[in-house]
Amino acid sequence: MTVDSFKFLPRIIATYYRMAEVERRLPIPWTPLPRPLSECTVGLVTSGGLYLRDSQPPFDLEREKQQPTWGDPTYRPIPTNVHPADLGVGHLHYNARDAEADFNILLPIEPLKRLAENGFIGAVAPEHFSFMGFQGFPPDTTAWEKTYGPEVADRFVHAGVDCVILTPA
Amino acid sequence: MPVLARTLEAAGLATVVISMMPYWAERIGTPRTLGVEFPFGHPLGQPRDAEMHLRVLRQALGLLEQAEEPGTIVHSPETWPEPVEEATRDWQPPQPSPIIAALRPRFREILRKSRRGSPPPS
Repeated sequence: MTVDSFKFLPRIIATYYRMAEVERRLPIPWTPLPRPLSECTVGLVTSGGLYLRDSQPPFDLEREKQQPTWGDPTYRPIPTNVHPADLGVGHLHYNARDAEADFNILLPIEPLKRLAENGFIGAVAPEHFSFMGFQGFPPDTTAWEKTYGPEVADRFVHAGVDCVILTPA
Repeated sequence: MPVLARTLEAAGLATVVISMMPYWAERIGTPRTLGVEFPFGHPLGQPRDAEMHLRVLRQALGLLEQAEEPGTIVHSPETWPEPVEEATRDWQPPQPSPIIAALRPRFREILRKSRRGSPPPS
């Protein structure tokens, strides 16, 4: 089966993606898996705009509403033992109803814990990270590449994480 | 998201992106991508379908072990259980996002021209 990337897109959003200019940058970075999966510690990164409702500021959607070509580049750490009721969603580009009903569709902490319990992976990272995926139009990912991406990588490396699953919204 | 995957990969972490848009992952160049034919906002599938989430996660993790070169894209065999029209409507935000609202007149013009026979944007 070949996935049709445009299957669920209305024409206007399909046009948006077809128009967006993007350059394929080579070489693509590569880190081989350092040990068997059953010994790896696995972390998660989502761009679904999740945040901790009571202790973290939401993503800056008010500024995006005033300035539609801008998107908040910051991130929020989400601990593995987060209680589902503590998670909020701040993202203007998809309907958050399903994610609010079950955040595992975006940040699959519970299934990852099951895979650690049955030995498919070694361990689950102590914390995961959430971004808000819209980075402006035309997209400007400079802050992700220069600041926030390397910060998240450092935190993962210090926590002994080997590999990361990324889940865009 | 491909940009974040590249940044983490360059810092010494093995990454895999679970993407509803493998088209985009291919254009930018992502280390490893599992394409899923799901509506936006649902990389692991439908809410409360724990078995589906596990299957997708196992496919993504398997790619970490099996992929042998950067740019590997594997397409998941999972299918979305709802009709296309319904799923297309349901994933979209209650209000169009600010950028879509701002660009809509321009895009409408492009679509109108492409229907009149000019080549569509590539």
